Amino acid sequence: MTSTPAVEDIVGSEYEHGFTTEIESDTLPPGLDEDVVRAISARKGEPEFMTEWRLKAYRHWLTMTPPNWADVDHPPIDFQAISYYSAPKRPEDGPKSLDEVDPALLETYEKLGIPIEEQKALAGVAVDAVFDSVSVATTFRETLAEAGVIFCSISEAVHAYPELVKQYLGSVVPHTDNYFACLNAAVFSDGTFVYIPEGVRCPMELSTYFRINARNTGQFERTLIVAEAGSYVSYLEGCTAPQRDENQLHAAVVELIALDDAEIKYSTVQNWYPGDAQGRGGIYNFVTKRGDCRGARSKISWTQVETGSAITWKYPSCLLRGEDAVGEFYSVAVTKGRQQADTGTKMIHIGPNTRSTIVSKGISAGEGRQTYRGLVRIGQRAANARNHTQCDSLLIGDRCTANTVPYIEVKHPSANMEHEATTSKISDDQLFYCRARGLSEEDAVSMIVNGFCKEVFNELPMEFAVEAQKLLSISLEGAVG
Amino acid sequence: MLSVTGLRANVGDKEILRGLDLRIGPGEVHAIMGPNGSGKSTLAHVLSGREGYAVTGGTASFEGRDLLALEPEERAQLGLFLAFQYPVELPGVNNTYFLKSALNSIRKARGEDELDAVSFMRLIKEKLKVLHLDDSLLKRAVNAGFSGGEKKRNEIFQMALLEPKLAILDETDSGLDIDALRVVSEGVNALRSPERSMIVVTHYQRLLDYIEPDFVHVLYKGRIIRSGGKELALELEQHGYGWITDEGAAA
Ligand SMILES: Nc1ncnc2c1ncn2[C@@H]1O[C@H](COP(=O)(O)OP(=O)(O)OP(=O)(O)O)[C@@H](O)[C@H]1O
Ligand SMILES: [Mg+2]
Repeated sequence: MTSTPAVEDIVGSEYEHGFTTEIESDTLPPGLDEDVVRAISARKGEPEFMTEWRLKAYRHWLTMTPPNWADVDHPPIDFQAISYYSAPKRPEDGPKSLDEVDPALLETYEKLGIPIEEQKALAGVAVDAVFDSVSVATTFRETLAEAGVIFCSISEAVHAYPELVKQYLGSVVPHTDNYFACLNAAVFSDGTFVYIPEGVRCPMELSTYFRINARNTGQFERTLIVAEAGSYVSYLEGCTAPQRDENQLHAAVVELIALDDAEIKYSTVQNWYPGDAQGRGGIYNFVTKRGDCRGARSKISWTQVETGSAITWKYPSCLLRGEDAVGEFYSVAVTKGRQQADTGTKMIHIGPNTRSTIVSKGISAGEGRQTYRGLVRIGQRAANARNHTQCDSLLIGDRCTANTVPYIEVKHPSANMEHEATTSKISDDQLFYCRARGLSEEDAVSMIVNGFCKEVFNELPMEFAVEAQKLLSISLEGAVG
Repeated sequence: MLSVTGLRANVGDKEILRGLDLRIGPGEVHAIMGPNGSGKSTLAHVLSGREGYAVTGGTASFEGRDLLALEPEERAQLGLFLAFQYPVELPGVNNTYFLKSALNSIRKARGEDELDAVSFMRLIKEKLKVLHLDDSLLKRAVNAGFSGGEKKRNEIFQMALLEPKLAILDETDSGLDIDALRVVSEGVNALRSPERSMIVVTHYQRLLDYIEPDFVHVLYKGRIIRSGGKELALELEQHGYGWITDEGAAA
């Protein structure tokens, strides 16, 4: 059992969401072996098939080495120094309503402004809040249940819907996919499961807030969203983290499956602790996100606003299998201070008449380092596939860098590909124009940068777009001058 | 209101303003004319605080404050406005949002309440009418894809909204068609008041037919070499600059 994290970790107000919560955690000691994998599975009371699934992944992981191709630097990660399980203490059967949730937890959510309260929920947002590793509060289950929508934690899904889990878990991101996805499969703590039945339009936007809390516990979330034929769902993921001293590994896996005519919209605002001015203590964010457009005319869009983390390694991708399937990727990534990001997307065109759009806006300030890495592959069967890629970089100051690394593989002659890339700086003319109208330099920068990101923000649900703009302004404070 | 004495300014090693004097009282409209490259825009930029100019001598005070010591936004908040010769495009920045932020930033600096969305929209609709501007302009990004004339009209529209004490209009007439010139001039005239002064930089008498100046100055090689009433502009129109620059050179 760990105690409250030291208060001296909290350095002033440098990081707005940088506070920790006093919550008793049930934490495994650091280290990873088969016993730990079994212990995680046991603590969650998982059926045999899950334990075996985890062990298979763990054994495969032992044969793998960490990837080194991304343009990021960090000291080697000691995987034996990480604790792989931490769950907030709670009443035997878990909370049935907010009244049963640990008040300290609720207070944390209040501070973060997470819309868990009734009024916010009434505004149409159902929240499945993830604290540390276990889901602790869920609202609006009933409304969703009436529509036949399943929205619950993965742990719960393992018990309640084992057939769906068996069928879909790991079907988009197999454990063999990459080092971090494999680790996740072995030790994932919890996450979200969403199932939209055939023909159902999910009656509200689904939203999960992540928060990394107990010291030194890697966060291994797993999200699985299945949209049956003709269904629609919009899912929002947002996160902030308490400030702390040690690097924290985050290796999440997100799998999306869209069947015939189904549409999944997945939006992320990521604001994890980026480390202090020297780059110490930030989150390492190594995420595998992939959507599988399995059905004809299915559509998956990823929209992301990435402002946090010390290191981001993330390529939300689409497998466009069904004919006429559509994949979209809209991204704003900010690196400042010593932040490093290697991010982009993969659009794998497999079926005929598949289309994809990539709009990537990279903003680099301070000594930020950013690489856009994108792959567009047009397979042999992908007749008339189309892709449009637009990659814009904005540099603030002269110590930051931005690179664009597009990979294009075309195996069908009818492919239609467009690629545009620009790199620009905020011009003195623009800054002066704004200032001559009475705006401070900081407001001017934030306005120009938000303008630069407009096409991406337009893709976000309204409330999220407002938050994203605010976040961007906050994160660029002091970037110029 | 504005008092400039012996102002000198360089760009790099090149001296562009070379001892310039100008005094403007409340409610006065001053026209500044002068050949290309004589330093008119430079004067406008130096007064509004643009970086890239080194002031090497002289003073400029505005409303009793040392203008040259202030940041550009502080000058704007104090009531100085520059209508740009070449308005700048801000891609993706919504015009309404930009204007509201600018107005509220100025109001805040003056200790006034910020306007809420409703009162702001009411105000903005009113000002649009004065300049015969289409409100579709409000939904677009600032100056992005605006025609030359629209940009210039947008500058005066901003001026109408921000209600400055001293407005510097740098060649606002260039690029305007005949009708637009009339509309913009009417807009400017509507803003004339005993408290509001203006510096109108132009090459052509026709703007001054609409906006009648109280004084006309000729700027030449970084100095004001001749000042007079509105009839000076008419004389310049007839004789060209050679008429006084020769005389100025001879003096
Ligand atoms: N940033 C700069 N770098 C180099 N020279 C400059 C710069 N800005 C202005 N100048 C020079 O200073 C002189 C005055 O320019 P300014 O733009 O003030 O002239 P102007 O009187 O406004 O001319 P116009 O009537 O053509 O608008 C010109 O010779 C110009 O080339
Ligand atoms: Mg000029």
